[in-house]
Amino acid sequence: MAFDTEPKRDFKVVGRRVARPDGIDKVTGRALYGADMSAPGMLMGAILRSPHAHAEIVSIDVTAAVALDGVKAVVTGADFADAMDAATADVRDNCLARGKVLYDGHAVAAVAAASGAIARAALDLIKVEYRVLPSVTDVDLAMRADAPVVQAGRAVEVVPVGLSENVTDHCEFGHGDPEAGFAAADLVIDRSFTTAATHQGYIEPHACLASMGPDGKADLWCTTQGQWAVRTACSAILGMRASQLRVTASEIGGGFGGKTTVFIEPVALALSRKAGRPVKIVMSRTEVFRATGPTVASSIDVKIGMTKEGRITAGTATLRYTGGAFPCGTVAMGAQAAFAAYDLAAVRTFGWNALTNRPKEAAYRAPGAPQAIYAVESVVDELCQKLALDPLEVRLLNAAREGTRSSYGPTFEAIGLEATLEAAKAHPHYAAPLAAGQGRGLSCGFWFNFGGNTSVSLTINTDGTVGITEGNPDIGGSRAAISQMAAEELGIPYEQVRTVIADTSSLGHNDVTDGSRVTFAVGLAVIKAARDAIAKMCARVARIWGIDPEAVEWVDGAARPTGPNAGTFPPMTLAEIAALSFKTGGPIAGHHESNADGAGVSFGVHLVDVEVDRETGATKVLRYTVFQDAGKAVQPDYVEGQMQGGAVQGIGWALNEEYIHDAEGHLLNPGFLDYRVPVASDLPPIEAVILEIPNPGHPYGVRGVGETPIVPPLAAIANAVSRAAGVRLTALPMSPPRVLKALTAQG
Amino acid sequence: MRYARPETATEAVGLLANEAGVTRVLAGGTDVLVQLRAGSVTPDLIVDIKRIAGLRAITPEAGGFRIGAAVSGAELGEHAALCALWPGVVEGCNLIGSTQVQGRATMAGNLCNGSPAADAVPGLVAAEATARIEGPTGPRECAVADIPTGPGKTAVQRDEIVTSIFLPARPARSGDAYLRFIPRTEMDIAVASAAVNLTLATDGTIAAARVVLGAVAPTVVLVTEAATALIGNRPDAATLATLQAACSAACNPIDDKRGTAEFRTQVAGVLAKRATLIAYARAGGSL
Amino acid sequence: MKTVPVSTTINGDAAEFICAPDETLLDVLRNRMGLTGAKEGCGTGDCGACSVTLDGRLVCSCLVLGVEAEGAEIATIEGLATGDGLHPLQQAFIDHAALQCGICTPGILVAAKALLDKNPDPSETELRYWLAGNLCRCTGYDKIIRAVQAAARQMRSA
Ligand SMILES: Cc1cc2nc3c(=O)[nH]c(=O)nc-3n(C[C@H](O)[C@H](O)[C@H](O)COP(=O)(O)OP(=O)(O)OC[C@H]3O[C@@H](n4cnc5c(N)ncnc54)[C@H](O)[C@@H]3O)c2cc1C
Ligand code: FES
Ligand code: FES
Repeated sequence: MAFDTEPKRDFKVVGRRVARPDGIDKVTGRALYGADMSAPGMLMGAILRSPHAHAEIVSIDVTAAVALDGVKAVVTGADFADAMDAATADVRDNCLARGKVLYDGHAVAAVAAASGAIARAALDLIKVEYRVLPSVTDVDLAMRADAPVVQAGRAVEVVPVGLSENVTDHCEFGHGDPEAGFAAADLVIDRSFTTAATHQGYIEPHACLASMGPDGKADLWCTTQGQWAVRTACSAILGMRASQLRVTASEIGGGFGGKTTVFIEPVALALSRKAGRPVKIVMSRTEVFRATGPTVASSIDVKIGMTKEGRITAGTATLRYTGGAFPCGTVAMGAQAAFAAYDLAAVRTFGWNALTNRPKEAAYRAPGAPQAIYAVESVVDELCQKLALDPLEVRLLNAAREGTRSSYGPTFEAIGLEATLEAAKAHPHYAAPLAAGQGRGLSCGFWFNFGGNTSVSLTINTDGTVGITEGNPDIGGSRAAISQMAAEELGIPYEQVRTVIADTSSLGHNDVTDGSRVTFAVGLAVIKAARDAIAKMCARVARIWGIDPEAVEWVDGAARPTGPNAGTFPPMTLAEIAALSFKTGGPIAGHHESNADGAGVSFGVHLVDVEVDRETGATKVLRYTVFQDAGKAVQPDYVEGQMQGGAVQGIGWALNEEYIHDAEGHLLNPGFLDYRVPVASDLPPIEAVILEIPNPGHPYGVRGVGETPIVPPLAAIANAVSRAAGVRLTALPMSPPRVLKALTAQG
Repeated sequence: MRYARPETATEAVGLLANEAGVTRVLAGGTDVLVQLRAGSVTPDLIVDIKRIAGLRAITPEAGGFRIGAAVSGAELGEHAALCALWPGVVEGCNLIGSTQVQGRATMAGNLCNGSPAADAVPGLVAAEATARIEGPTGPRECAVADIPTGPGKTAVQRDEIVTSIFLPARPARSGDAYLRFIPRTEMDIAVASAAVNLTLATDGTIAAARVVLGAVAPTVVLVTEAATALIGNRPDAATLATLQAACSAACNPIDDKRGTAEFRTQVAGVLAKRATLIAYARAGGSL
Repeated sequence: MKTVPVSTTINGDAAEFICAPDETLLDVLRNRMGLTGAKEGCGTGDCGACSVTLDGRLVCSCLVLGVEAEGAEIATIEGLATGDGLHPLQQAFIDHAALQCGICTPGILVAAKALLDKNPDPSETELRYWLAGNLCRCTGYDKIIRAVQAAARQMRSA
C-alpha cells in the first residue's frame, strides 16, 4: 500500500456538496447548544462585575448575599488554586479578579442560587470596596513612560528606556537591508494607521453547566471550541486532576476564536463544588461584550518603497498592539504576516504589545494578521495610485511564490497566491465599469494555518457502517467534511459514515478548533485512521484466504488479492468483512494520534466596489468577490461559506465595528444595537471563487480555509473608500463621521 | 412586580393612580422590556394597554385618521389609506427596529418613551398630529409637539395614558417625508433625522411647510426658518441651500457613541434637503 | 414575585404554564416548556435568534412577557416541520448550506416563513430588509438568501 507521493486529485466523495449530518437537528431546533442543557437540582449562577476600568479591591463582603434566601454558594478569586503557570494564572485572574480589577466588566465574585432572579438579587448585596486607579485604554498612550501601569512586573526585558512597563511583548522579523531598498525606490510612502478592537460577535453567548460531586469528580457541559483546553485550564484553576473532570462540548453557536479559552467555566465549577449541586451560568450579551475577548486594538507605521515599474524595493512596519489587561503575543502573528504576500529583498517588522485597561484579548480569526496586512496593503495601494500603476499587476509583479523566502523566515512550498491573483484579474468584476463616486479596492490576505494535536478513532460496525469519533467541535460543517474524507479513503458511500464529537474522557487530547486546523489536521488523522482500519481489514481477509497480508489490497471499498501469488478470490467488501469480524478476531477499529504539521499556508484576494455618499460619509458595498486557495475543497459549500462569512466580518470591521470607551475606560457600546455587526440589508451578494492548489502536506491537498477570508476586507474596503472619496483613510472603522470629516477636511 | 391587563382606559388610569410604587405602561414593550432586562427600571406595576377596547383600531375621522395607542408599526404599514394620506409619518414609524420590532412597537410608545432620536415623532410633529390623553379627570387633547420635554421626559403624567393619536385631513397637493441617518441600513438608532411636510400652490411653489429635525437636540426641533425658506419657492438649489443652512443652525446636539455633534449638525441639513425633495415629489411637484 | 397562570396555544396545541410577571416569553418557552429551539442571543431585540410568531405576527420572544401569551397563538421553530417531513425552508437550508453554526437558524427560519406567508415572491432586497433583524455572524447571509429564494420558488410551484 503506497500512499502520498503526490496529493490525490481524483475523488468520489470529497468535493461533493453533501448534506451535513447535523443539518436536521439544527433546522428543527433540536440541536443542543450551551444554554440548552439542564440538570435536576440545578442552580443558576450570576457574576458580579467591576464598574471601574482599573481599581484596587480593598475588600469584598459577601455576608448579606450568603444570607439571602435561596443563595447556595458565593465565590471569589480566593476560591481558585494558587500555583500554576503564568499564562493559566492570567486566565484564572481574568475569570475572577485577584487584588485588582483591570477593566470595566472584570468579574469579581459569583453567586449560585435557586433561580437566576435570586442570584442577580444577591449580586446587589455583595459589598465591594474599590480604590479607583487611573486607567488607560489607548495603546499609544499605554506605551508612554507616564502611563498608568496596568500590571506591575510584567514588562518584557527588552523595553527601551522611555517606554512604560506596560510593554509586555516584543518581536522582530525580516531580512535584507531596508535602508538600501528605500534608497533605490522612486517613491517611498510612510504612513501611520489605527484599528479599533472588534469582537468575534458569535450569536451564542458563553454558557455552561457544571456539576461536581463530593468526591471531587466533575462534569462540565459548555459551548467551546476545545473541550480539552477547557479541561486543562479548569483543572489547573480548580486544583483538580485532569482525570477528575470530564468536559463535553455542546453544539457551538459560533466562536471564531473567542471560545478557545475559559471565562465562566471555572466559576461554575467552583460554585458547584461549594453548593454541592449543578450550576448553570449563561452570559448576557452585555457580559459577552464587556468581559470576553475582543481582538487587539492597534497603531501601526508602515514604510514601503517602490520603483516606477512597481517593484517593491523594501518594506518596514512597526506594530503596536494591545491585547488588553494581560500580556498578549498576538503581535508576533501580525509582524510575521504583514508582508507575507510579497517576495522582498529587504523587509523588517517590529512588534510591541502594551497592557491597557481593556478585556483580555481572545483569538479572532487569523489573530493579528488583519490589522498588519490592512496597513501594508493600504500603503501598496497608495503607491500604485501615485505611480499610476494597476494594483493587481503590482501584486503579481511582487507576489510570493514557491521558493520565495518569506518575510518571516521559512521558504514557501507550493502556494496559491499567483493563481489567486490571476483568477481575480480574469474575473469580470475586475473589468466592470465604475460610476462617479464609486471606487474599487483590492487586497491580498494570508494565514499560516495550524495543524496540531489530534486524536481520532474510527470503528467498523458489524453492519458495514462506520463511526468516527473526533474531538473538535463542529462550528461550520466539519462533521460533513470529516465523514467525506473517511468515506473517500474507505471507498464507501458518505451516508454510511457518522461522525460524532467526543467528550474529554472518550479520546486522546485534541487541540482547540482554531487556526483553520480541523479539516486539515482532523482530516489527516481520519484518513490515517481509515488506513489503519484498512490494514487491519486486509489482515483479516488474508487470514480468511490463507495468504500473506501483503497480497491483499484495498480498492473501492473491498479487499482484493493482488500480486502473482495471491490466488483468485472474489473481493470482500467492507460490509462482508465487518459481518465476520467477531469470528476473525473481534471488533475492527482504526485510530490515529499525532501532532500534525504541514498545514500549508493560505492566500486570498478580495475585490470590492463601494460608493461613498459625499454628504454623509456613508459607504455602501456594491459588489464583493473573494478568491481563495483551498488546496482541496472537501465540501465546497462550506468552503464558500467560510469565505463569505469571513469577508462579511471583515466588512463590519472595516466600516462600523469598534469598542468605544469613555475617558474613564467604561465600554459604551456593549450590545448589538451600538456594536454594529453587518445585517443582511447592508450587503450585496458575496461571490466566492475557490482555487485548488494542492497542499503537499496533506494526502488530499487540503489547506485550512477559515482564517484567511477575514484578512483582506479591511484594506480592500479602505482602498475602495479612499479611491471613491479621493482621500486616504488611515483609521478603522471608516464610520460615516470619520469619512465625512476626511471629506470635509479635503474641501 | 404585578401585571395588569385592564379593559378600559378609565380602569387603566385608576390602576396607575392607585399605585404608590413605580409604574410602567406597556404597549408593544420594545422599550419597556429592554429597560427591565437592563435593570434600569424595576416597576411595581405594569399596565398592559393592548386589551383596552378600541386601542388597536385605525379609524377614519374628519378626513384624517385616529390611530389607537396599541396599533403596531406593522399594522400601520398595512393600512393602505393611511399610507396614502401620510406616507412620511408611516415611513418614520416603519423605520423603527426590525420586522420583529415592527410586530410590536407602537407610535404612542415611541412618543411616550421620550427619546430625542425617536423615529415616529418628527413626522408626527411635522403633520401637526395631536394625542388624546386619558387621565384621572377624563380625556384631554395635546399637540404631539408639546409631549416631549427632554430626553426620557414627556408631558404625559404618570397617571395618564395616551389612548390615540390623530392625524388630520390634509389639503390637495400635500406630501410628507421622513429620512434618518444610521450607520447601517437597519437596526440602528437615528444619528440625525428630518421630517418635512409640504403643501403646494397650484403653480408648484410651496405654500405651506413644516420642517422638523430629530436626534439633534434634547427634543425634536421645529425649524421655522427652514419652513420660511421654502414657502413661496420651489426646492431649487438656492432654496435648498438656505434650508440646509437653517437646519444645521437649528441643531444643538451632543457628542456621543453614535455620532459627533459636528456630524449630526452637518447631516441633519442634508437629510432635510433630501426629505424636502421627496415630500415635494409626493405632493405632485416637479422641478 | 407571585407567579401567574397562563393559558395559551403553542404550535397548535393548548398549553398552560405559570410564570413570574416579569418573565419573558423566551424564558417561558425555554425554561418552562422545554422548547429550547428559540435562542437568546441578546435578550434585547437586537439579534432575532428568539423569533416566534404571536397571533401570526413575527416578534422577538425576548421582548414579550410570558403573561402576554394569555389567549394567544404562538408558533416556534419546533412547529415548523409537520409529522416527519421538513418544511421546504428547512430542507432548503440544508441543501444550500445556509447554516454554519446554526444558532441563528431557528430564528431565521421562523422569520423567513412569516415573510413567505405574506409575500410568496419577495425580491432579494425585500428579503434582506425583512431579515435585517436576524443577525448571522457565520454565513455573511449569502447562502441564507439563496436558500430562502429556492424554498420560495419551490413553494410557489407546489
Ligand atoms: C431592536 C430595537 C430597535 C429599535 N429601533 C428603534 C428605531 O430604529 N427607532 C426608534 O425610534 N426606536 C427604536 N427602538 C425603540 C422602540 O422600539 C420604540 O421606541 C417603540 O416605538 C416603542 O413602542 P412600544 O409600543 O414598544 O413601547 P413600550 O416599550 O411599550 O413603551 C415605551 C414607553 O412609553 C410608555 N408608553 C407606551 N405607551 C404608552 C401610552 N399609550 N401612554 C403612556 N405611556 C405609554 C411606556 O411606559 C414606556 O415608558 C428600538 C427598540 C429595539 C428593541
Ligand atoms: S434574543 Fe431576542 S432578539 Fe436577541
Ligand atoms: S450560522 Fe452561525 S450565526 Fe448564523
